[in-house]
Amino acid sequence: MIAQLTKSERQLALIILLAFTICGLAMAIAGRQDPLGVHGAIVMLAGIAGIFGVIYVYYEPEPDEGRLALYYDDPTKVAIILAMIWAVIGMFIGDWVAWQLVFPNLTFDAGWSSFGRIRPAHTSAVIFGFGGNGLIGTSLYVLQRTSRARLPDQISPWFVLLGYNLFCLLAATGYFMGVTQSKEYAEPEWYADLLLEIVWIVYFVIYMRTLARRKEPHIYVANWYYMAFILVVAILHTVNNLAMPVSFGHAKSYSAFSGVQDAMTQWWYGHNAVAFFLTSGFLGMMYYYLPVRAGRPIYSYRMSIISFWGITFMYMWVGSHHLHYTALPQWVQTLGMTFSLMLLIPSWGSAGNALLTLNGAWHKVRDDATLRFMMVAAVFYGLTTFEGSFMAIRSVNSLSHYTDWTVGHVHAGALGWVAMITFGSIYASVPWLWKRERMYSPALVEWHFWLAVAGLFTYVFAMWNSGIIQGLMWRTYNSSGTLSYSFIETVIAMKPYYVARAVGGFFFFAGAVIGLYNIVMTIRTAGQPADERAADRPVAQPTGVPALQPGE
Amino acid sequence: MGLFGLHYKLERKTMSLAIGIIIAASIGGLIEIVPLFTIHQTVEDSPDMRVYTPLEIAGRNIYIREGCYACHSQMIRTLRDEVERYGPYSLAVESKYDHPMLWGSKRTGPDIARLGGKYSDEWHVKHLTNPRDVVPESVMPPYAYLTRAKARIDDLGLHLAALRKVGVPYTDEMIANASNDAYGQTTPDTPFAEGVTKRYGEATNVRAFDGQPGEPTEMDALVAYLQILGKLTDAAHKAKTAAAGE
Repeated sequence: MIAQLTKSERQLALIILLAFTICGLAMAIAGRQDPLGVHGAIVMLAGIAGIFGVIYVYYEPEPDEGRLALYYDDPTKVAIILAMIWAVIGMFIGDWVAWQLVFPNLTFDAGWSSFGRIRPAHTSAVIFGFGGNGLIGTSLYVLQRTSRARLPDQISPWFVLLGYNLFCLLAATGYFMGVTQSKEYAEPEWYADLLLEIVWIVYFVIYMRTLARRKEPHIYVANWYYMAFILVVAILHTVNNLAMPVSFGHAKSYSAFSGVQDAMTQWWYGHNAVAFFLTSGFLGMMYYYLPVRAGRPIYSYRMSIISFWGITFMYMWVGSHHLHYTALPQWVQTLGMTFSLMLLIPSWGSAGNALLTLNGAWHKVRDDATLRFMMVAAVFYGLTTFEGSFMAIRSVNSLSHYTDWTVGHVHAGALGWVAMITFGSIYASVPWLWKRERMYSPALVEWHFWLAVAGLFTYVFAMWNSGIIQGLMWRTYNSSGTLSYSFIETVIAMKPYYVARAVGGFFFFAGAVIGLYNIVMTIRTAGQPADERAADRPVAQPTGVPALQPGE
Repeated sequence: MGLFGLHYKLERKTMSLAIGIIIAASIGGLIEIVPLFTIHQTVEDSPDMRVYTPLEIAGRNIYIREGCYACHSQMIRTLRDEVERYGPYSLAVESKYDHPMLWGSKRTGPDIARLGGKYSDEWHVKHLTNPRDVVPESVMPPYAYLTRAKARIDDLGLHLAALRKVGVPYTDEMIANASNDAYGQTTPDTPFAEGVTKRYGEATNVRAFDGQPGEPTEMDALVAYLQILGKLTDAAHKAKTAAAGE
């Protein structure tokens, strides 16, 4: 793979890797009394490993010009494998953390393994590790196909992919050491945030440069969503992570904002991480893979436009619904609730557009587990966005907030929508990328699908029950006008649901393990030159892929 | 159709599309967040509000490190059952010096915005060492190692200085004496302890929180922090009394 780089690209890679090594060394020295030092060592080792990797092939012959007539898919291949590895790690930790609520001594009397430290390791590994790698991998794939242009160079995609995974690694290892900003879904500290900032700018530049080289007059819908994902995540990340480090030798920093302003900024970020990372990005995925796999054009071009701009504009208002009845001024709460309700229109626009696209291809949904993953994803996208708007209503939120209902809602979205569309897209991509006729075992794809569905329903139903029961118990009064239940009584009532949730999580995790195995075996089986994908090349050629047409 | 025709042109121009996305996505945040910094009533005035002592900051950082906020909120909502269960609802001013805020989003355990003074130090130490010793059905993880770990207090001056840069009114004297004050807060009846009350007020808790005087442990720091929750200002209790008097 590295041998695919040209001489000058190999040199550039060495310079970048050397810069990483030096930064890592500086961090290791400055932070020798602090967890920062460990992270410095990790960065340095990553840099050195990369240097060895490049030097190993440095004098290999350069790739021939023929490569320019093909799409550059090596980063996508690696991203997909990394996504699946992070999925297995993240879901394993997730199930472990779920069992800790049943057996609280599963920490083994250590600091690194306690609930509060491994919970962000779970969320970051699945959202950023699994989701992020899935997005980067598929976006580069989709970008090239819908533009019919090859990526502009062979270094920047690797910088984005590997730099991003270094960020994920710093995040995950940091939590075990107790390095966290405590801002949900923005836990990594200042130096990891700076790394992500640079990576993200390069990611955007790749997008702009490739689009500038496109052979199609129109930018396809999927790319609007991927662009919104990249741009808006950059804005959110920059503002919410403004902080003052204790020193250059400390991992610890203090948020630039405090109290109520910090809370609002955090949930403006937090909910829009859901919107632009977990929704826009994955809608980009859906708008490409679902129509291609179904062999049907997108149902409505106009619905795509309305949904896209509705989501991009309205989502940014809704973060304050996380702060109903708090010390946040009421006018902000009311705005958040109002926009949350309006948001249902573009959300259902997208979900409906996806499901109507399947009209005429339902027999494929029945027979093809890959397409079925995508169909379930669209259904759960619709269900979760409805539930989200409902929970944003102040009076509903007074019951649901602080309970497992929120956790159930998040997982309906994360397992039902994000993971399902990603698995579907990955199962579609793997045979295309590695030029295989099909997955190693379609039966295992079915197994994965049904385990995922069983896990999803078990999990979500358990959390609906526990959340609503606990919320009601907290507010139950007896006939003498005092509260009926002590807090611990409401914890005891949760136990059966915590067990059910952990079992459901295990099903979902087991499905991901099967998926990883199936993908690895697909790659290891001998490839066949797939004639029907011979048209899969840059530069305009008439192809029969209906999804790529601008619509009307 | 006009608008769709316009879009038909827009989606052919990369830069225009990017700028359109940035504008559409910026409006909500600008309208909801910027006024929170400019409208004065957003945060109540409370002249008696005090800053955290260096030891309490160290304890707060342990609270953050261990991810306690994942299960405990520090935000009592304006709902009858919450006020009756936890105490007066939280005011914005109470987290004015909280960089970052720790309002939380989940109550796997109870809200602890008004935990300070509710239980003895001894209870906290027992509970943190093994929660099931005092609450048999608790699902909280044990934190026995906090008693064994010495708190890092030599760099607390840097922490206070960083906090001052983001707006917390620490004085030069507080910053210069940060490490000594952290030591002093766990060693009553020494000159170090006098410095703490002089700089942070007579009401500051000065005692061996984990029961062992001398070098503060992480348990000392965390308990010192837990015992100050809801005690930095009387504003919430005053607001309640004023409302009852009307």
